[in-house]
Amino acid sequence: MLTETTRKKIDSELKKFPIDQKQSAIIAALQIIQTENGFLTDDLIALAADYLGMPKIAAMEVATFYNMFELKPAGKYKISVCTNISCALREADDIVCHLQKKLNINFNEVTKDSKFSLKESECMGACSGAPLMTINNHKMHEHLTPQKVDQILEELD
Amino acid sequence: MIKIKIDGKTLEVKPKTSIIEVADKVGIDIPRFCYHKKLSVAANCRMCLVEIKNFAKPLPACATQVMEGMEISTKSKFTKDTQKSVMEFLLINHPLDCPICDQGGECDLQDTAVAYGASKTRYTEEKRVVFDKNIGPLISTDLTRCIQCTRCVRFLKEVGGMAELGLIGRGEHAEISAYVDKSVESELSGNIIDLCPVGALTSKPFRYSARSWELSRRSTISSHDSLGSNIEAHVKDDIVKRVIPKENESINECWISDRDRFSYEGLNHKDRITLPLKRVKNQWKEIDWEEAYELIEKNIKNIDIKKSDQIGIVCSPQSTLEEGFLLKKIAKELNTSHIDYRLLEKSFSKNNNWLGCKIDEIESHDAILVVGSNLKHDQPLLAHRFRRYANKKKNFSIITSYDDFHSTHCLEKIIVNPSAYINYLLMILKQVQLNTKYKINSQEIKNALKIVKPSNEAKKITQNLLSSKSRAIFLGHQILHLDDGDNIKLIAMHIAQAIEATFGLIPGYANSVGLNELNLNSDNISTDKILSQKKEAHIMMNFDPSYDYHSPKKINAALKNAKFNLAISPYISDSFKGFDVVLPMTPFTETSGTYINMEKRIQSFSAVTPPFGQSRPGWKILRVLANFLQLEGFLYDSSEEVKADAMIEFDKKNEDNLKVFKPSKIRSGLEILNLIKANDSDMIVRRAASLHKNKDQSCCLINPTTMLKEGLIDGQKIRISSSEAEVLINVKADENVCLDAVAIFGKKDETAFLGMDNKVKIKKA
Amino acid sequence: MLNNKSHNASKGSEVFPICLRTSNLENSSSLQTYLSIGGYQQIQRILKEKISPEKLIEEIKISGLRGRGGAGFPTGIKWSFIPNDSAGTKYIVCNSDEGEPGTFKDREIIKKNPHQLIEGMTIAAYIMGAQVGYNYIHGEIWEEYESFEKALAEAKKANFLGKSICGLGFDFELHAFHGYGAYICGEETALIESIEGKKGQPRFKPPFPATYGIYGRPTNVNNTETYATIPWIMQNGGESFANIGVENSGGTKIFSVSGHIERPGNYEIPMGMPFKTLLELSGGVWKGRKLKAVIPGGPSTPVLPAAEIMETTLDYDSLKNSGSSVGAGSLIVMDETTCMVSTLKRLSYFFYEESCGQCTPCREGTGWVYRVIKRIVDGKGKPEDIDLLLDVSKKISGRTICALGDAAAVPVLSFIKHFKDEFKYFIKNGKSMMDANS
Repeated sequence: MLTETTRKKIDSELKKFPIDQKQSAIIAALQIIQTENGFLTDDLIALAADYLGMPKIAAMEVATFYNMFELKPAGKYKISVCTNISCALREADDIVCHLQKKLNINFNEVTKDSKFSLKESECMGACSGAPLMTINNHKMHEHLTPQKVDQILEELD
Repeated sequence: MIKIKIDGKTLEVKPKTSIIEVADKVGIDIPRFCYHKKLSVAANCRMCLVEIKNFAKPLPACATQVMEGMEISTKSKFTKDTQKSVMEFLLINHPLDCPICDQGGECDLQDTAVAYGASKTRYTEEKRVVFDKNIGPLISTDLTRCIQCTRCVRFLKEVGGMAELGLIGRGEHAEISAYVDKSVESELSGNIIDLCPVGALTSKPFRYSARSWELSRRSTISSHDSLGSNIEAHVKDDIVKRVIPKENESINECWISDRDRFSYEGLNHKDRITLPLKRVKNQWKEIDWEEAYELIEKNIKNIDIKKSDQIGIVCSPQSTLEEGFLLKKIAKELNTSHIDYRLLEKSFSKNNNWLGCKIDEIESHDAILVVGSNLKHDQPLLAHRFRRYANKKKNFSIITSYDDFHSTHCLEKIIVNPSAYINYLLMILKQVQLNTKYKINSQEIKNALKIVKPSNEAKKITQNLLSSKSRAIFLGHQILHLDDGDNIKLIAMHIAQAIEATFGLIPGYANSVGLNELNLNSDNISTDKILSQKKEAHIMMNFDPSYDYHSPKKINAALKNAKFNLAISPYISDSFKGFDVVLPMTPFTETSGTYINMEKRIQSFSAVTPPFGQSRPGWKILRVLANFLQLEGFLYDSSEEVKADAMIEFDKKNEDNLKVFKPSKIRSGLEILNLIKANDSDMIVRRAASLHKNKDQSCCLINPTTMLKEGLIDGQKIRISSSEAEVLINVKADENVCLDAVAIFGKKDETAFLGMDNKVKIKKA
Repeated sequence: MLNNKSHNASKGSEVFPICLRTSNLENSSSLQTYLSIGGYQQIQRILKEKISPEKLIEEIKISGLRGRGGAGFPTGIKWSFIPNDSAGTKYIVCNSDEGEPGTFKDREIIKKNPHQLIEGMTIAAYIMGAQVGYNYIHGEIWEEYESFEKALAEAKKANFLGKSICGLGFDFELHAFHGYGAYICGEETALIESIEGKKGQPRFKPPFPATYGIYGRPTNVNNTETYATIPWIMQNGGESFANIGVENSGGTKIFSVSGHIERPGNYEIPMGMPFKTLLELSGGVWKGRKLKAVIPGGPSTPVLPAAEIMETTLDYDSLKNSGSSVGAGSLIVMDETTCMVSTLKRLSYFFYEESCGQCTPCREGTGWVYRVIKRIVDGKGKPEDIDLLLDVSKKISGRTICALGDAAAVPVLSFIKHFKDEFKYFIKNGKSMMDANS
């Protein structure tokens, strides 16, 4: 079962769409569930599908299509670093190397203490701030330097 | 009409048709993988790209509609180069090991590659590997071969009735998948095997058992429901290796149900008998045909047939016209009128027991009401036409007891106990009367109408029927399995008459209509009556007495009371204990014969394989039997001759025995709801192994609300008792079941022994 | 005639903020700020005066405004495609799914001047008779999604959205919708599928969204910048807008400058400004290095070597003449140290990664191209690889449902066209020419 809070949040998204088009809220629903759970399991995806009255496989298609969804356990803090051209030109590679060395993990891995996971990301649409990264999809950090990265990570408990 | 030019040829074509449709019509071959005439257009494979004058880019023939003056080149260098490049892309990640692929020899990709492919690959990078998924016992996956055309996905969503497969992931990593290795459940799932243009989805039961070029292709008619699907049996070494649909747009289109496709596995089941059997001290002993006939002759000759109705004859509604006719003729010669084919019926009116219109006219109505059918299981493929109609016209209503209509757009969906059907129909009739000047003379009906008060649902259904130009009311054959089936039918017919609607009853079995037309059921005689009067002998043909007749208790008692019982059957099982002799008959694939389907279409067929062992086609068995009994007029040389004589019977008018409305008694307590699953419908499909590999544990289904009322919990064991038997069984909560009912699976497991009595008691175990 | 205030901005010499006109104000995104610069007055004037949609469309046609998302289709003409009289719901969609690498202008509009976008969409809704709108926002700029939700709440509260806007009888509901990581959803029909709760797979056209969009209803999709420009055009007249730019390229345009540049950022400038001037405005190539090449409109527009871009002005015709395109106005600047082979590898990976997988040539071809370039960068290139790359790219291009296939071919073809020697060097020596130089 989805929790009361989750359902409330999904319900408020549902207000955006016609009553017979509940499927429109699937991206939002999965995002809400993922934000609460850290990642999506098959069961959670099915719950979202059932709640919106859509086929499970259709929800699965959505969950596997949009790459901000995590289908495997992620760290408490998922760090996504953009390595696309504008960031690459401004030495995003150094940031990636720094993070990999510091956390001792590669992309798509989770630290042993499950605190961090690392993802390579495509363009986030904020290239004036290159190089940049997001934490748990929703918090963006721009103009990164190795020192700034250290500082950001330190502030995370 | 508009004028276009295709490969230099000027054509007049209908506007809004696609280039590929035009090309197909005039026999111009355009290669394609994703396009299928019965599915939505995806335009994703890009194989059908063609050059069109004044367009810089090639356009997909499947998705591009013809326009006035359009000039299309399907053979130009530009078109060929484009198609070749698409072919190259399709092959870079596709394994090039056709010799070990089950699709080899009948693969669209292979064929097209021969025509459009290069002999050498330029792709030297790593190839994609996709892990296979288990999607059930019927379909084998080899997803590395998949070219992502999504035909299977679209089929299940658009025709199968439920989106069970999807293309998950994206880009190069996109792959076909069910939700977490879930089995595909559609009753039509096997069609995706035919649709798959590569070897990604192949038949699991057929896998690696033969190469396509080793198979002889023989046409026949499916015997599992009254649709009469046209099928093609593929035979190697006299064994049916697989079955595929044979296209017939006005019957099965290009599809068949899974039971039509995979039932062949039951043909050579270990229960098949190859020689006549004689019962000696509770054991079966094989004897030769001569001895068997002599034994039968001796026993029948002992009966004093001057006294009428000494012999009871019951056959299955799957019997061919020829078999039915010969049985009828034998009955006459043996001075018995006690002959019938209706095994599940409790209501015996004979008129209008057919669809009432052509199969392909169903969807031409503007409003449809269906009463008492579990369409998906009763008529798996026909159900697709209703679903398509409902989802397109959005004017479909259903009154039934099990909600299997989640993917069907229902204007009104009334899920009630079968005993409540009559009430809803009376409400509708009353509402109709308010709006029309329709007069009813029957005092009984008038009285019944006085008592009912139309509900809002009934009003809405009526309103929609009345406001539509052409309407239809269809009853499921389950209606006739009810005690008040004739009442229901009568009222439904009144409604249909009042609003000038098509009236139809969707018959149950392959030859229900044919045997009805043949008058194999006489007025006032029913199987029940035959079995309840003591007989000297019984002849029963092509059904399992325990599973196919609604009262196992009654039939076994009847057999016990008779001196001699003859079964003619392809199979032997414990159910046949009450017989003295069993003659091995062939199933439909090994005989010629004729079925008349739900729309009264007469379809004759030939055997696709020779008889198994020494079994014989039913019509031959009966002919020789008659000869042994020295009955006259049985000198037939072929089934065609039998058919010709049988057809004469059709001219004799079918008598209308639907006369009187008898008010039903008000019921209380739990009712049994008999759900006959598609794959449990007859002796053959019940023996088709793959159709039953995903067998659920036997259980009964009860609505959670009813469970609460009865103090039951999910998974609990209960004892159900009917007038027939008592069984111990698990309860499963299922909100699709109507209230106050216990849904059991007729024709299956021990639940079959409960029979189809309406009342039932439950006790917690 | 609408207010025809003339503008004497000397062409091509300074920034000219229209969409970003609140950027330098305090609390730039607040309703208060927008009202202080005359915000929401145009929609009220239009509703009060009941100006006919035809007349408004005419004004937009005069303005020369072209779609700012990349395709550059004339907005006035596009809006006249929506059947204004048809019954039932019609939709207005704002495409803020800004995922083209190097593009970040919509983010700034949403962040700094959301109400101008809202007013622009409301005017568009009025013109096209739409009752509901969605702003589809790139999932990665979550904070902007949330701030836009706030702006919507403000506008609704002040009755600039919702039932009978400003009591003037026009209803319009506007909602924020977020993507969640799929570049392809920037394609308008993929975006529509996404709003319907599906995978973002583009639809075959026709039918176009104008007749068959969200839930099969008529739908107009435009870029954020396009909508955000509308209130200004309504305020100042189409001609004033046209006068700012040059022939065929009316008005201002935001150029997002990123990469090897001193001051990366958004520059809203009159169209037709010489690239040189913009380079100066943005502080020149970083670290005092020399310019090597510029991708002028995001990776789906062809790269131009320094010598060519330096002679180009920033408008539709001029960039077209130089063999490239304005695209989304995403100038990616590359200095003399840039290895074009490795850069192409990253761009090819992007298209490979973001291909939706629907059409064969794009699904299979983007992976093929990426693997070949990767092999070259890994030092295992073969001389025939260059021709193979060109051939495969040409065979992806023009053969897919949407433009992603075309876009994927663009960098391959243009990088090799202008920097073939670097590719040959890499293949021959197994390392970058840039490494050899250093």
